[in-house]
Amino acid sequence: MGCIELMKPEILLSDTSFKEGREFIRRNFREVYEVEPGYKLFDVYLIGVSPIPIAIEDESVIFPYVKPCRGTFVLKMEGKEEIELLRRSK
Amino acid sequence: MLFAMNKNALLLLGCPELPVQTSIALYLANRLKNAGMDVFIAGTDAALELLKVSDPEGHYVDVEKMIKLDKCIESLAEKRMDFYLCSVFMHNDAGIAYLATVHGISNAKLFAIIFGNDADSISEQIEFNCEKLVAKAVHNPLPLKRKIDDKIKEVKRWAV
Repeated sequence: MGCIELMKPEILLSDTSFKEGREFIRRNFREVYEVEPGYKLFDVYLIGVSPIPIAIEDESVIFPYVKPCRGTFVLKMEGKEEIELLRRSK
Repeated sequence: MLFAMNKNALLLLGCPELPVQTSIALYLANRLKNAGMDVFIAGTDAALELLKVSDPEGHYVDVEKMIKLDKCIESLAEKRMDFYLCSVFMHNDAGIAYLATVHGISNAKLFAIIFGNDADSISEQIEFNCEKLVAKAVHNPLPLKRKIDDKIKEVKRWAV
């Protein structure tokens, strides 16, 4: 997972399809924003099919993370600045 | 004209677990290079190492034109780089996500090179317009090579 992996995210879902990851986020979180592929979150550009959901819960963001050989993961990471940017862009 | 002089092309590789990917990437790179295009290839570390070992003298792809996948996405997203055409190699769900991402962040003419046992179902899941070259190829690259040859012939006919 490169740099994201070094930040030790909580893995909520692994080895799934992008579609399933997207549904998981929509189904399980109340505050959900939608961004386009290539949206920069932390130090990565999100990969996915438009629209890509990013949820906010407390001080964490929940988002899909795609790896070429291992499918989609749904990750949860603390990110105050990211939350601020998402809420501001609404 | 698609295969014009001085145009650049990107081959964006997926997970290299299916044997056909490396041979088709080298084949397509060679065809595009012979057509006068500047060919770049992006992929995972393993996908790029497979190319380097298969083409040690760099006859088909220059090592300097190999780009790490994350770096390539970053450069496209930041608009520091773009291509005339881009072929995205895909055989799994992640491939669909990469194709959709390139569709969103690049102006390149987009080709989906779809292979593997699930090629048809993957092709059906693509929800936007792009050229699709689909073959149920895993070990034998010939069905996919034929699709590429046919597409190149078709494009050459348009160009005349």
